[in-house]
Amino acid sequence: MDLVEILTYGFIQRALVAGTLIALLCSVLGVFLVLRRMSLIGDGLAHVTFGSAAIALALKLYSASALLVSLPIVLLSSLGILKLTEKARLSGDAAIGIVSSVGISAGIILASVGGGYNVDLLSYLFGNILSITQEEVFIAAGLFCIVMVLMLLFYHELLAVTLSEEMARVSGIRTNLISAVLVLLTALSVVLAMKLVGIMLISSLLILPAASALQLARSFKACVCMSAIQGCSSVIAGIFVSFVTNLPTSATVVLLNLACFGCAFLARYLLDPKRSN
Amino acid sequence: MSHEVVRVERLGVSYRVGQVLEDISFSIEAGDYVGIVGPNGSGKSSLVRALIGLCTICSGSASLFGVPCSRFDEWGRIGYLPQNLGMYNPVFPATVAETVALGLLSRKRFPRRLNRHDHETVERMLEELGVSDLKSKLIGELSGGQQQRVLLARALVNEPELLILDEPTAALDPETRERFYRIIADINRTRGVTVLLVTHDTGAIGQHASKMLYLDKRLLFFGSFDEFCLSPEMSELFGEHSQHIMCHRH
Repeated sequence: MDLVEILTYGFIQRALVAGTLIALLCSVLGVFLVLRRMSLIGDGLAHVTFGSAAIALALKLYSASALLVSLPIVLLSSLGILKLTEKARLSGDAAIGIVSSVGISAGIILASVGGGYNVDLLSYLFGNILSITQEEVFIAAGLFCIVMVLMLLFYHELLAVTLSEEMARVSGIRTNLISAVLVLLTALSVVLAMKLVGIMLISSLLILPAASALQLARSFKACVCMSAIQGCSSVIAGIFVSFVTNLPTSATVVLLNLACFGCAFLARYLLDPKRSN
Repeated sequence: MSHEVVRVERLGVSYRVGQVLEDISFSIEAGDYVGIVGPNGSGKSSLVRALIGLCTICSGSASLFGVPCSRFDEWGRIGYLPQNLGMYNPVFPATVAETVALGLLSRKRFPRRLNRHDHETVERMLEELGVSDLKSKLIGELSGGQQQRVLLARALVNEPELLILDEPTAALDPETRERFYRIIADINRTRGVTVLLVTHDTGAIGQHASKMLYLDKRLLFFGSFDEFCLSPEMSELFGEHSQHIMCHRH
């Protein structure tokens, strides 16, 4: 089967469009999250998405409707993580841990009450981009536009807060607002990325492209671009490779990202051994 | 005509551990170069942090350019260089030019975009501080002295009227520290920028500052450096001999 023939399948076209958009969002946001030591927020919010998916399934809502149920719950949870960090004198990882366990517990209880784990709920664990519907692609495109516009509008503020929150405040930047924007954008991206890689692997989509870019980037802009390129290319390649080899798409995408990280690490070591110390 | 840049009246600051500043009153005029000195835990950093809203004032009042600090929002008039040198993740991918450009955001409104003129301003500032050769380097790759000079460029790039520096030389060797003090003195003299510099190094700052503010939770001294040298309170604190060495101007 050649490449052109694969591209004629509707589900492959939808997977490529949605996957590229989702990968672009996650890889760009990942740079800010990794540098702010908030990498695991994706994992925490993914667990909340699992809980919200259980609610949607209990209400007999599927696909795009389930996505619309998840969105407000995950957005509120992301703000909950931020408030817990600010008000309860908790570190970010503790706040993520609390919200994450609440999310997964809610999912387990609802699944249990609703008669056990069904196939739909389990699909949230590992994702399945090849089953994405036309409606979900439209929602992904809409959310992609919102996230990208906000990210472009707040790019310099996000960079200033990531570099030094204190100096950003004295530059008149409302750091609480910028942190809220960052976690809300992450929440939107996580809900979308559930379909692509699922709960178990979502962190990899946020962390690995950024981690690879950090090995080699010689400026912040370059870092964001390199991360975006890796995120998109690994998803596109992952969809083709998994289709041809009959492997799960989500795990293939993650392993390709891991391979890219290995190459970036090696390249940094070879180009400048001092930097790898 | 002199303009009051900072006014502090009966200021008190406390954290959960207790009161760190009590009943502090002073005022600073435009063009002053004030060295804020005192022992560890005397509240030097808390004083400047209270002025710029990084910690809460629990009693009294403080104003910047005639505006109470709680309502102050003309951040473009202030340049700030914080205490902790080690704040940058060594792999943080921002270049020197990108870091310095962020200093311009304080004079911009939403959406804060940087244009070609801004990038030229950054280049000019890097040249003025003698670090233009570092502009493409990553901030985390620089030495302590170079990093402080770059952060000073970030603080100065928006042409502030008040420059606040919180122990900027704490991690620098004596030679680099002295060079840094000279740069600050030059900025104060040639641009008329008011300087508020927190330091442990009473002797070194005394050679450059026009006024000294000695704190130990309370204000123990505020006046010119010469008065500081002759002050009986200072003789009591440091001993006559040590004060003589400290006050020897080169």
